[in-house]
Amino acid sequence: MSNWQPCASPGILRDRAELLATIRQFFAERQVLEVDTPVLASAANPDAAIESLASHLKGSPHNEPFFLQTSPEFFMKRLLCAGSGSIYQLCHVFRDDELGRYHNPEFTMLEWYRTGFDMFGLIEEVETLMGLLIPAIEAPATRISYHTLFEQATGLDLRAASRGDIRKLAADLGIVVSPQHPDDGLVEMIFNTATLPWMEQQPAVVVHHFPASQASLAKLSPDDPAVALRFEYYAGGVELANGFQELDDPIEQRRRFESENARRRERGVRAMPIDEQLIAALEHGMPACSGVAAGIDRILMIRNSQPDIASVMAFPFAHA
Amino acid sequence: MATYNTNEFRGGLKIMLDGDPYSIIENEFVKPGKGQAFNRVKVRNLKTGRVIEKTFRSGESVDAADVLDLTLQYLYNDGEYWHFMDPDTFEQYQASKTAVGEAVNWIKEQDLCSVILWNGQPLSVEAPNFVTLKIVETDPGLKGDTSGGGGKPATLETGAVVRVPLFVQVEEVIKVDTRNGEYVSRAKDE
Repeated sequence: MSNWQPCASPGILRDRAELLATIRQFFAERQVLEVDTPVLASAANPDAAIESLASHLKGSPHNEPFFLQTSPEFFMKRLLCAGSGSIYQLCHVFRDDELGRYHNPEFTMLEWYRTGFDMFGLIEEVETLMGLLIPAIEAPATRISYHTLFEQATGLDLRAASRGDIRKLAADLGIVVSPQHPDDGLVEMIFNTATLPWMEQQPAVVVHHFPASQASLAKLSPDDPAVALRFEYYAGGVELANGFQELDDPIEQRRRFESENARRRERGVRAMPIDEQLIAALEHGMPACSGVAAGIDRILMIRNSQPDIASVMAFPFAHA
Repeated sequence: MATYNTNEFRGGLKIMLDGDPYSIIENEFVKPGKGQAFNRVKVRNLKTGRVIEKTFRSGESVDAADVLDLTLQYLYNDGEYWHFMDPDTFEQYQASKTAVGEAVNWIKEQDLCSVILWNGQPLSVEAPNFVTLKIVETDPGLKGDTSGGGGKPATLETGAVVRVPLFVQVEEVIKVDTRNGEYVSRAKDE
């Protein structure tokens, strides 16, 4: 039987349009410029936890694949380095091997950068926007640092914890610990599992100051290099946004890309071509800024109390 | 031995954990935006029936449990084992007291039961939802009471004791819901 009809109801499709209009108005009022950058790029994010989709184009230099972007981050940073000032973008991004209640391989992302904002400055703006988009949420959110929340949920001080402590805690939480690649990602699984019952009870939570091992593309704290200036915004236990006070050091940027590629090789997955144009832009200089990416489809889910991501998309993966 | 990758996880899949066979009830894919993906899984231990939650790193493999769901006919009890037969293949299986469990209260010869086989051996036996059994012992009820109020204990031919209305007498056949052990009706009322 052909299944041609859309998944989301007409009401939700209208609400999606309203949501996008509200976002555009929010940024217009704040003089943040809307930009439009490519979906296909010669480089990709080497982050070992994110899988890019490769695309083979006729006429691509040296027959190398282009990659569907997992976020518009690198292009937007090149604009920032070129002097764009604060910018935002609403676009589709693509991630392989992500499908579930909260995941669709292609989804809509809102990403924005604020020049001159530090992490807490941007957190405040995220709280304001989320409060506007999700009526059930009142800004501001409950703010808590990663280490405080980890200890509150597990009783373990992550900074002082030994490898044995972590493995025991994981086993106690029902995490199946395999001997092959034992510690990789374990802290993240513990954090997600142990904090969920509390998180689910909270309308909105901002977790800030992630461990430096999960810095991603955030700057390390100048006061304490063991933590990164990274934050996540959760509503009812669902992650809606992830932001950084942005790393602007080209040498450190290259080192992080290379270390992610090394993790990829250890796992037996292909390394990603490093974005030399981004490195060159950072060498030219990026204004101090903070940036954040938010999942539009998940915001729509929460805003409309929908049980899964497919029900807010016109044509989710299974119907695409 | 066969294995399943976490991306094959779905309800009903039978896997091995810590030496015991489990059935997956629910599987949720969890992936922080930048971070380790994992599967949060609710599983039932097929030996004990206990439901627990487990978390697997996505992409890992887990051993498959050699488990089969069959409908078998109960034949007889030899004092130690309960014997069952597959009505299609006529293959016979013997189940231990542990495997038969609660079903011992309800099954009689020729009943069709759901049996879970693990490595070819019955792991658990489930009685049909409704069974009809004869009452072998109960106090005579008050004469003329047909209201069904109150009730009294009655011993069934399998040895199980259920509460029945006062008007139900010895030698009568009744219908029982095996899931809660409650009297439903007189069998002849149907």
